[in-house]
Amino acid sequence: METKYAVTVDDLTVAYNYKPVLWDIDLSIPEGVLMAIVGPNGAGKSTLIKSILGIINPIAGSVSVYGKPYDKQRKLVAYVPQKGSVDWDFPTTALDVVMMGTYGSLGWIKRPGSTQKKAALEALEKVGMLPFKGRQISQLSGGQQQRIFLARALVQNASIYFMDEPFQGVDATTEIAIINILKELRKAGKTVVVVHHDLQTVPEYFDWVTFLNVKKIATGPVKEIFNDDNLTKTYGINYKVSVQQ
Amino acid sequence: MSLQEYFSLVFSDYTLRTITIGTAILGAICGMLGSFAVLRKQSLLGDAISHASLPGIAIAFLITGTKDTNVLLLGALISGLIGAFWIRGIVKNTHLKTDTALGLILSVFFGFGMLLLTFIQKMPNANQSGLDKFLFGQAATLLISDVWFMAIVTGICLVVLFLFWKEFKLLLFDADYAKTLGFNTKFIDALITSFIVLAIVLGLQTVGVVLMSAMLLAPAAAARQWTNSLSTMIILAAIFGMLSGVVGTGISASQSNLSTGPVIVLVAAIFVVFSFIFSPSRGLLFRQIRFLKNRRDLKLHKTLSFMFDLVKTHEDKSHPHAVKILNNFQGYTRGTLKKLEEKEYIKVEGKMWSMTEEGYQFAGNLYNQHIENE
Amino acid sequence: MSSAQIEIQLIASLVAVACAIPGVFLVLRKMALISDAISHSILPGLVIGFFITHDLNSPLLILMGALSGILTVVLVEYIQKTKLVKEDTAIGLVFPALFSIGVLLIAKNANDVHLDVDAVLLGELAFAPFDRLLINDVDLGPKSVWVIGTILLITLSLLIAFFKELKVSTFDTGLATALGFSPIVLHYGLMSVASVTTVGAFDAVGAILVVALMIAPAATAYLLTNDLKKMLILSIIFGVFSAISGYWVAHWLDASISGSMTTMLGLVFLVVYLFAPNKGLISVVYRNKQQQKEVQLLTFLLHLNNHKEESERHINHLNEHINWHKVKAKSVVELAEKNNMIVIDNQIISLTEKGKVFTEKAIDYIITNDDSKIESMKKDFFLFRG
Repeated sequence: METKYAVTVDDLTVAYNYKPVLWDIDLSIPEGVLMAIVGPNGAGKSTLIKSILGIINPIAGSVSVYGKPYDKQRKLVAYVPQKGSVDWDFPTTALDVVMMGTYGSLGWIKRPGSTQKKAALEALEKVGMLPFKGRQISQLSGGQQQRIFLARALVQNASIYFMDEPFQGVDATTEIAIINILKELRKAGKTVVVVHHDLQTVPEYFDWVTFLNVKKIATGPVKEIFNDDNLTKTYGINYKVSVQQ
Repeated sequence: MSLQEYFSLVFSDYTLRTITIGTAILGAICGMLGSFAVLRKQSLLGDAISHASLPGIAIAFLITGTKDTNVLLLGALISGLIGAFWIRGIVKNTHLKTDTALGLILSVFFGFGMLLLTFIQKMPNANQSGLDKFLFGQAATLLISDVWFMAIVTGICLVVLFLFWKEFKLLLFDADYAKTLGFNTKFIDALITSFIVLAIVLGLQTVGVVLMSAMLLAPAAAARQWTNSLSTMIILAAIFGMLSGVVGTGISASQSNLSTGPVIVLVAAIFVVFSFIFSPSRGLLFRQIRFLKNRRDLKLHKTLSFMFDLVKTHEDKSHPHAVKILNNFQGYTRGTLKKLEEKEYIKVEGKMWSMTEEGYQFAGNLYNQHIENE
Repeated sequence: MSSAQIEIQLIASLVAVACAIPGVFLVLRKMALISDAISHSILPGLVIGFFITHDLNSPLLILMGALSGILTVVLVEYIQKTKLVKEDTAIGLVFPALFSIGVLLIAKNANDVHLDVDAVLLGELAFAPFDRLLINDVDLGPKSVWVIGTILLITLSLLIAFFKELKVSTFDTGLATALGFSPIVLHYGLMSVASVTTVGAFDAVGAILVVALMIAPAATAYLLTNDLKKMLILSIIFGVFSAISGYWVAHWLDASISGSMTTMLGLVFLVVYLFAPNKGLISVVYRNKQQQKEVQLLTFLLHLNNHKEESERHINHLNEHINWHKVKAKSVVELAEKNNMIVIDNQIISLTEKGKVFTEKAIDYIITNDDSKIESMKKDFFLFRG
């Protein structure tokens, strides 16, 4: 049987003036994988998912989701931005932030109602944040803030999830909670793409991996391609991690 | 006229009523839209835009020769927008930073405006006096038509704000995310920015170019301290703005020789100072009190857990120990011992102390919490 | 030219130079708006000082003004530290409040105070020559010359004495601390100089225009050079030029001298902003366009290099997958063809030998991100800029 691709990226190129960020990336993400994007700082990992999501305009290339242009398939895609990208002192509550996940399906002007609220509460429950629903977001710990962001994406009820460094600066409990939810999503047939920093945990957490350093170095199942050779190609120096088979 | 007289006259005197309603509306819309400016970290953009509007007023007068407020404000709007776009252009196309661009445009446009104003003042046909009111504002010159105009603009703002509430909130909090949800962020952004510019221009006649930005910021900054909800913040800011406007105008109208702008700004500043100090959740006073209490509790807890470590080693928890042992422990004072006794965590008899059952439980819990937090 | 005219131009030039020097550091340290705040909030200090001395040129007045300037800095930094509001809001709250107090103090005491609101905003440069410094009945020239001259002298000697420290701490705070220069001392030193200068200049050009004299020359110079010494010299030149030309424009229009000085500063900035050789708007826009074209060409070549299969190299693919408009795709292909980078055979595009070499070089640069390589690449680029 032919593999079904959730996301297909063709010839994607992004550059700021002379500084190349991503060059001619071809990437196909099979449906139902839990994929890590790894690479050194400045490799363009965040830029890659941001340009897939249309936050950054690429100078060339196209993105399709389940065979159709991304613009028409937005509702199938959910996004968890980097935690540091927003002002956490913003006057709003945890529940309010999670509710924002429903705005896309509502469209312009329409207000969220009880259905949306119910969905938001369920998502909060799933990430273990229900007791904190009325809490001002600045009064949450870093891990809790990350879980709120995850809940907001869960509410979108998408097929594909893009997450930008969800494990950055979170406590161990949150890390485990998040990875469990990601694994659940995969079990439900969803596709999850995570920008990831910690190479040690790649084999344990993910089943698919993409090595990126301005160009795509390799992409495929962790078991087959997560090796010293690709790591060295990506990170430049002799890189060795013990790969658990 | 004293302040009391002023307020008693507000209901009977036509002019005073006009002025009061006008400043109330102005304060409300400034507070409301100022909240957006503050949350978008564009506090000082308002300052630049209001200063940049001065040459527009002068040029509008030079071209048309009228002192019709609406014409002059249109000039202000255009030159304020040119200033705002130029700031954006400088930041985008050169390596000059935002602060430099803001300060540069603000002062250069203002200087140019002052050049034109002094030029107009010396012109022979001189029905020119009255343009100075745009420097520091003169609420007394508000006409009923001006007030209607403000009311209509405020009404439109309210409707738009209500319709696009969800979109505004989303954009303010997380613009990138709004984009991925399929919202046209450029449109929402343009909407918010034009409203802020509009509020500034509306306020020029009452508050003046020099201090207009404070009218936007101060009510919003004060309101932020009292609530953690965006809608409450905007309503509070509108109320604070309204009060500053009315009280400020009242004071300035009841004294001779006072421009309205500085008085309104000072009243708003009092709101800010009060909020900074006395807000229950964020205020400095309660923060300090909480800080002191925490430090005291911490000291108490430290002593208690030191005692707990001692008591743990004995079979009998209520076994008495010498107070002297505690001398080795730095956090210990007679005061802490007394506090602990008051809370019935320990008993003190002469120079000996012993832990109560309750104290043992409490200290044990502290110990566990500590482990969990690690 | 009468002697009063010469004196006005002298004072204006001295003010411009005295403002330009601290201005350069404020712009470089991203603190331009602090000067805006200081210039507003010295007003209450000045007014109170004036109540005490009744002399606009008294040293006490300058001291009081400078103190309230420094108070502003401290207050702004304190509010920022409480995290109750964002940084820029803190500035935006403090100075209007202090300025309002100053304006109201003047208004309430209009009869005793020789200051009026116009003087606060615009200064009284035109009258400066009439206030003479007399010692034993000997006329030593206008007082303002002495006041500004003294401030300028102090600023200059501080600049020369601490040039190295200022330079290091402006460009690299971490290194400055490591070398043992306290950034805090330098910070408050600079703030004090800025405050004192503002007070000295205030009398001549008014509150808001001091900001222009500080920021505009420095910002203009920054568009022309990155070298600190050159930047200082250029700022001084721009300042003096605007002071003198501004005076004559004002003379011609019979309008405010300081307003016209600022307008000249604005015009100088506008000209440099548009036409500066490297950082001017026109050259930036032109360069961006070129770069865009070059990056597109590179993208295209890289794509050809990456894909051996013919379907990826078919001319129609450019429109579909690379997602370029037909026009854009066509112009890029033409550019590549003109430079002999590609050959088109039966609608299939292939790289030539030259194209291959060039692309390899480009990949090398992209992967290593090496700045020295981009230089040689740039030379190559110019060869085929069409």
